[in-house]
Amino acid sequence: MSTRREMLARSAAVAALLAAAGVLPARAQAAWNKAAFEAKKIDDVIKALGLAKPVESAEISFTAPDIAENGAVVPIAASTSLAGVKRIAFLVEKNPTTLAGVFDFTDAVETSVSTRVKMAQTSNVLAVAITGDGKVLFAQKEVKVTLGGCGG
Amino acid sequence: MSDPMRIRAQVQGSGAVVRVLMSHEMETGLRKDAAGATVPAWHITEVVAALNGKTVMTAQWGTAIAKNPFTQFTVKGAKSGDKISISWTDSRGDKRTDEVVVA
Repeated sequence: MSTRREMLARSAAVAALLAAAGVLPARAQAAWNKAAFEAKKIDDVIKALGLAKPVESAEISFTAPDIAENGAVVPIAASTSLAGVKRIAFLVEKNPTTLAGVFDFTDAVETSVSTRVKMAQTSNVLAVAITGDGKVLFAQKEVKVTLGGCGG
Repeated sequence: MSDPMRIRAQVQGSGAVVRVLMSHEMETGLRKDAAGATVPAWHITEVVAALNGKTVMTAQWGTAIAKNPFTQFTVKGAKSGDKISISWTDSRGDKRTDEVVVA
C-alpha cells in the first residue's frame, strides 16, 4: 500500500511530466498570439494583432536579399530612426502562415533587429513598425526564392 | 535537453551589439517525414533578452523563423562587464536560458 506521502510525490511527478510534454502550457505561452501566427493573409495578421491599417514609410530601413537561393534561410533586417517605435513585425506574404515574428522593444534597445526567416516561395516581405501611440508603418521588398524552405 | 545558445555581445559605440544563435529544429508542422506522416510543429514561441536581469527586448516567433534561429539587436548603454541573458520558450514548453558577459 502506498502512503499518502508517496501519492503526493507521484502526482507532483506526473504534473511535471505533463508540463514538460506541453499538456499544461506554461504561463508565458499564454502571451503568444496564436490567432496572429495562424493567419494566412496580411490583413488577417494586422487584425489579429489589433493594429490600424499600415502606411508605407520610407523611414523604416528594411534589408532583405533580392534573390534568396535557399528559402530556408533568408536573412532580413529592419531598423528605424522614428521615435516611439515599440514593436517590429516581419511578414512574408505568400508563406503558409504570414507572420514570421514580432519583436517588442523597450527604451533600452535600439529599434533595429535582424533575423533569418523561411520562405516557401517568391513573395513580398514586410517589416511593420508599430509606435507606442498606435501608428502602423511598413516597408516591403520582394524576395525571389529559387528553392523553397517550407514543406518538401 | 537542448544545446546551448551561442551569444556574442560586443561594445560598439554607446551600446552593445548582441548576436544570438539558438539551436532549435523550428519544425513548421507542414513537413512530412519519409513515411508520409506530418512532422508536428515544434518551434520557439517566445524570446526574452535581459541586461543585468532587466528585460530589454521580447519577441514572439512563429514557424517561419529559420531553423537554428539567429537574431541580432543593439542594447543601448551596455558596458563591458554587463551581463546579457537570453531565454526562449518553445511550443512544447521547453525553456532554455544562457548568459554572456559583454566584451
